[in-house]
Amino acid sequence: MSNLLDVENLTVTFPTRSGDFDAVRGLSFTLGKERLGIVGESGSGKSMTGRAILRLIRPPGRITADRMDLHGQDLLSLSENEMNSVRGQKISMIMQDPKFSLNPVMRISEQIIEIYRFHTGASKKAAWDKAIEMLNAVSIRDPERVMRAYPHEMSGGMGQRIMIAMMLITEPEILIADEPTSALDVSVQTSVLTIIDRLVKERGMGLIFISHDLNLVASFCDRVLIMYAGRIVETCAADKLHEATHPYTRGLLNSLPRIDAPQSRLEALVRDPAWSTAPSVSARQ
Amino acid sequence: MSELEFDHLNVWFGENEDRVDAVKNAGFTVPSGASFGLVGESGSGKSTILRALVGLVPTWSGTMKVAGVPMGKKRPRGFYKDVQMVFQDPYASLHPRHSVDQVLSETLKLHGFDDIEDRIKQLLADVGLGPAFRFRYPHQLSGGQRQRVAIARALAPEPSVLLLDEPTSALDVSVQAEVLNLLADLREKQHLTYLMVSHNLAVVAHMCERVAVMQNGEIVEVMSVHEMRAMNPAHPYTKHLLESSMGYKPNA
Repeated sequence: MSNLLDVENLTVTFPTRSGDFDAVRGLSFTLGKERLGIVGESGSGKSMTGRAILRLIRPPGRITADRMDLHGQDLLSLSENEMNSVRGQKISMIMQDPKFSLNPVMRISEQIIEIYRFHTGASKKAAWDKAIEMLNAVSIRDPERVMRAYPHEMSGGMGQRIMIAMMLITEPEILIADEPTSALDVSVQTSVLTIIDRLVKERGMGLIFISHDLNLVASFCDRVLIMYAGRIVETCAADKLHEATHPYTRGLLNSLPRIDAPQSRLEALVRDPAWSTAPSVSARQ
Repeated sequence: MSELEFDHLNVWFGENEDRVDAVKNAGFTVPSGASFGLVGESGSGKSTILRALVGLVPTWSGTMKVAGVPMGKKRPRGFYKDVQMVFQDPYASLHPRHSVDQVLSETLKLHGFDDIEDRIKQLLADVGLGPAFRFRYPHQLSGGQRQRVAIARALAPEPSVLLLDEPTSALDVSVQAEVLNLLADLREKQHLTYLMVSHNLAVVAHMCERVAVMQNGEIVEVMSVHEMRAMNPAHPYTKHLLESSMGYKPNA
């Protein structure tokens, strides 16, 4: 499998009053045309990894890596201007909550058309037609009405579909989805995931799917990285996640209540300080 | 005795053409000492039932009884000593400029206790926080610790009923396990009655004996946890919820 993205020894550092803090520590992984899941608790560095790939870490935060290549092109050496043609066009990102990622005072149409014209320079008419086509692709009924609406008129599920439409309109090669369904109800979640899944397959994209929901990642992705304290502690095929061996992964799995297997008590995770100092496992393929 | 009874409960917001019926004709009973779950999607009216019971929504009709006493326009004296609520988001439900000590002592004073010192120590021990946490502010606590403080505050007046509104949905699974264990222990030790709202069916299955499934303000099904675990609900919507909660299936 050819790699779209190749990351080696990625570190994200924030200076604090008590010295530098590494939010991501020496991460190595590759992404092909696959669905790669990143799971872990809040604060484990999964979102920071997604942002670092797009170089969306604000100073004084720093990104360093031995290698961060998109198709052999070094992302870290690009200028901010060149980076803008990568963001949204080659790599897109869907954030957790559509309420905060859509501009509340712009109509949906303006927002979708803006991103398409920025990257392709298409005419307004062509952009409008393309936007309608994308809204259809994410199963929005009556796209003409939605185009004229403001974000507050949309439900959470609709908003997230609009975000997906907006992020995929430029036909990126990589989609980073940061908890795309955590703010949604379970039934809406299924339909949003179906759309992401279909588009990823049809267009041959690489997907980085960041989530805290182990069951969801196990059933949705191809490969999983499990992160703890900024490191990868384990990597495995998604359908083998329930056979994972690392005590942290086991602890997370066992702390979940289950519908099919009643427990009298849930297992509380006992943290081993050695986990946060052990070197990161490489997930390069 | 702290049985909860709901019968023909309607709750609405707005008037005339703007009227939205958030809860329609809901009826169920929670026996004393039991744990009852309300599940459904956002907007299905599950939290609204809790809010109506504690008097946060004035526009309702029907019958709500706590320990056989029907609720009127105003809550009777002693109601808030007996019925307490734990809210969803521990980041929003604690005052950012009040220390844990202030939060607990204010509640205790309001309910007329005088041995505040001892009670604060006991409450913190009950929820598994050491005495070192007493003078901390919310920003010095993790999400799980904050929720423990919110639970301690709810327990301060020695209630017999706890209303739990998505108590763990803002927490990581590992922390969720700790908080759910804590709630289960407290219920056993203090003989509490729980009415719990959650969108997570596995959490409700773990905590409750009976579950009401809500859709668009109506209770579509009340079933025991055994029926839910056996995965054979009577209503198609419940089936749909159960299937969705098991993870992603491409053809679902």
